[in-house]
Amino acid sequence: MIAALGPVEQAYLLEARQMQALSFAVHIPLVCFGIAFPAMVLRAEWLWMRTGDEIYRVLAMRWTKVMVALFACGVVTGTILSFEMGLLWPNFMGTFGAVFGLGFALEGFSFFVEAIFIGIYVYGWNRLSPRAHFACGIPIVLAGLTGSLFVLAVNAWMNDPGGFKMRDGVVTDVDPIEALFGNSHLAYELVHMYLAGFIVTGFLVAAAYAVGRLRGRWGRYERIALTIPLTVAALAAPAQVVVGDWAAREVAKSQPTKLAALEGVGRTERGAALHLGGWYQDGEVKGGIAIPKGLSLLAFHDPEAEVEGLDAVPAADRPPVNVVRVAFQLMVSIGTFLAALSAWYLFIRVRKKRMPSGKWFYRLLVLAGPASVVALISGWVTTEVGRQPWVVYKVMRTNEAVTAADGIPLGYATLATFYAGLIVAIAWILRRLAKAPMAADAEPEPEHRTAAV
Amino acid sequence: MLGLELYELPLLFALQGVVLYAVLAGADFGAGIWQLLSGRGERGTRIREHAHHAMAPVWEANHVWLIFVLVVVWTGYPIAFASIASTLAVALTAAGLGIILRGVAYALRSASSGAAEVRAIDTLTAVGSLLAPFALAAAAGAIASQRVPVGNATGDLYSSWLNPTSLMAGVLALLSSAHLAAVYLAADARREGDEELVEAFRARALVTGALAGVAAVAGAIVVRSDARWIFDRLVDTPAVLSVGLSLLAGAATLALVARRRLGAARISAALAVAAVVGGWALAQNPVLLPGLTVREAAAPDNVMVLLVISIVAGGLVLFPSLALLFRLVLRGSFSAEPAIAREPSLAGPSSGLTATLTATRLAGACFAVGAAFLVIGEGAWPHAIGVALLTAFIVLGLSALAGEDARE
Ligand code: HDD
Ligand code: HEM
Ligand code: HEM
Repeated sequence: MIAALGPVEQAYLLEARQMQALSFAVHIPLVCFGIAFPAMVLRAEWLWMRTGDEIYRVLAMRWTKVMVALFACGVVTGTILSFEMGLLWPNFMGTFGAVFGLGFALEGFSFFVEAIFIGIYVYGWNRLSPRAHFACGIPIVLAGLTGSLFVLAVNAWMNDPGGFKMRDGVVTDVDPIEALFGNSHLAYELVHMYLAGFIVTGFLVAAAYAVGRLRGRWGRYERIALTIPLTVAALAAPAQVVVGDWAAREVAKSQPTKLAALEGVGRTERGAALHLGGWYQDGEVKGGIAIPKGLSLLAFHDPEAEVEGLDAVPAADRPPVNVVRVAFQLMVSIGTFLAALSAWYLFIRVRKKRMPSGKWFYRLLVLAGPASVVALISGWVTTEVGRQPWVVYKVMRTNEAVTAADGIPLGYATLATFYAGLIVAIAWILRRLAKAPMAADAEPEPEHRTAAV
Repeated sequence: MLGLELYELPLLFALQGVVLYAVLAGADFGAGIWQLLSGRGERGTRIREHAHHAMAPVWEANHVWLIFVLVVVWTGYPIAFASIASTLAVALTAAGLGIILRGVAYALRSASSGAAEVRAIDTLTAVGSLLAPFALAAAAGAIASQRVPVGNATGDLYSSWLNPTSLMAGVLALLSSAHLAAVYLAADARREGDEELVEAFRARALVTGALAGVAAVAGAIVVRSDARWIFDRLVDTPAVLSVGLSLLAGAATLALVARRRLGAARISAALAVAAVVGGWALAQNPVLLPGLTVREAAAPDNVMVLLVISIVAGGLVLFPSLALLFRLVLRGSFSAEPAIAREPSLAGPSSGLTATLTATRLAGACFAVGAAFLVIGEGAWPHAIGVALLTAFIVLGLSALAGEDARE
């Protein structure tokens, strides 16, 4: 293998980063539906098979239409991301492609399986026996899990790079298995992201029906359609807090500078306090509530533990503290809110054997949908911006990874326009599908005019 | 095969991916083009509907071949991928935008109603279907005409892919996509017994096939003056054999379509595309980019071994699944009678009150113990147990709250 491509001058690094971030911000919420929605559709179909109650079948078929439309959008945004890897970060790909590329190759097969079985599932309603049809849905769910596993293995490697050696800028001794699966971030990233998929999908779908309820649409159909996603999300949200705590402790161990940015720790100190809210300025958090020794206790389980501050690394090696810190605090507060709302719901379901009846519960539920998306994006901002200025932690800087090509602002503007159109299109599709009359779904149109290519 | 080296294997797989993408996604884009050229009135509507329905179940699977090619190249030949993607940034962006349009139009189609809406959406499909294959083929032309040097965007962003060779490649790709689509759609219309549509697409297949032949000859002249290096190699053995095979297969397709042997025409049309890609590869071999051979670009051997293992293992999952999809689709309707006969309950009502209470308590216990393992535990095992217990919490919780007894 020959050496890497060498350093570059790029005036628009910031735009390149924003372009990458924008593409993720569009892809990842869609992907949550790819991860979690098939399982919810299958749950409805399963209930139909078990009870024979047509209402579940209508629900499953209506959701299938939403699922396939969102999946198509996930596919195109994912394709754009794959292009961008090379378009924006050729030096990163050229230098490390051999190290982590295998993860994407495996991911590719997962998506293949997902796309194939989505095709079978969607067009197989009424054409396969119920059992066979249900069985064809299971690979979709599994492929969503393995797809996330492999793509997160790449991200985890970027945060905790191993499985190779650097000699004079040349990568040697490559061990892709060690690189992708031997790092300390993969386990929690996978669990945290997979749960996030169920939280985002669950709360968003539930929020849609909660809006309906506040407007007086509340029949048996709506109640079922709200309960299935909400129950899953309400079980995942409390678990997410625990997993988030695990994530933070792994970060404390392997990326102390990122932790210092998350918590606004300017100077290395023992018995560091935990700050809620506030703004980082001149090496400390101004304002906000301080909990003495809280950070040392949470991150290292020892109130006197030493927490490494941002001053441990040169200024050029520090991430933009407030971006990371605000994003992190946003995620944690939303996570806490979602867990509390979930506890309320679970309590009433278990103890009172009914749905919560107050208007406020449903108002908060409407809020929970978009809030969970904000938490999702904030989490990725925490991880990715918190890693800056490194693209491969302590190995390659983002400004060494970037393309030397001109025209980034133009590409950025064009892509942003297309994404705006995509979002409008999604909104239109969802509204349309929500408004489609029920009867149309009870008897699906005979769609036998399919052919192969 | 004789003398095939490990460092060439992934490239060979990638080339197969290129062929499959060119054939399968090519036909999809071609169908999009026919939606644009369907004409007005009832007949136009029927042509558009046929083109849409024929592609809908398989387009996503067809498009994943592109992803496959990308990931194999960037893992196996990272330097080449980086050089290609950075110099051809504009072409690839254009292709990406085309793919977005195609995908979004597909999603929109599922929610549309009314002729005007459908028409507008089909126009989106068509724009995407013109843009993507043209830009991708122009990018291929850039590589073939040696305009992509090794380095980070060291080639020209525009002239690398806006040059005579690339333009010819783009035009040829559009014609061959339209031709493939027409052949396939004619064969599908035959299966459905719609003779009027068969004739409509047969005529289209003949016209585009003939045009593609003319374009290929014109292309040869253009390439000869614009990119002598690749031309000389294309007309030399072994590449020339493959190119010749392609011409033969193209001619055979025309003859088969003319004689209404549509099933066989499908195969020979695909063969014509495969042979072009094969000819190009043989002509380039062993040069990947100017001054960079396949061997020099290749990742270390152990990576290549793992990559080949993954591809083969992936293929073992993939091809049976694809076969299932295509078989169901080719059968026209997935099964003759919609078998909506209700199955008897698979299980009795499980949520007796006590059972629910136990499940709830158990779920709560799993959460508490699992959280303790995750928060206090250190190392892989405690964390694995913690995750398992949290999973159990969610599963038990779901089964406890399964009943739809949640009334107000
Ligand atoms: C619905 C979404 C959601 C919710 C409610 C939470 N998170 Fe989160 N978080 C994410 C979604 C997310 C994510 C999927 O966006 C990230 C990005 C990278 C990752 O693995 O998960 C993430 C990353 C992430 C990281 C950074 C890991 C890294 O840099 O590698 C930490 C420390 C936390 N989270 C901690 C928490 C805590 C303590 C939460 C609760 C109170 C919490 N998260 C709730
Ligand atoms: C699995 C893989 C990855 C995931 C899930 C991921 C996720 C994200 C997300 C969500 C953002 C948005 C942060 C924001 O809003 O500012 C982001 C930003 C970014 N990502 Fe990644 N990323 C991944 C891989 C990569 C790769 C391969 C690169 C390549 C170099 C990369 C480079 C960047 C850069 C430069 C930014 C912008 C950071 C900034 O604005 O400061 N990421 N990433
Ligand atoms: C947070 C990280 C990510 C997760 C969890 C994730 C997961 C998924 C999932 C589940 C899908 C299936 C489609 C869908 O459900 O809508 C998908 C599609 C896709 N993703 Fe991502 N993805 C992530 C980031 C990335 C990155 C960084 C890339 C590329 C570099 C990428 C490339 C793709 C591609 C190419 C597809 C389309 C696959 C197809 O054609 O079927 N994704 N992603």
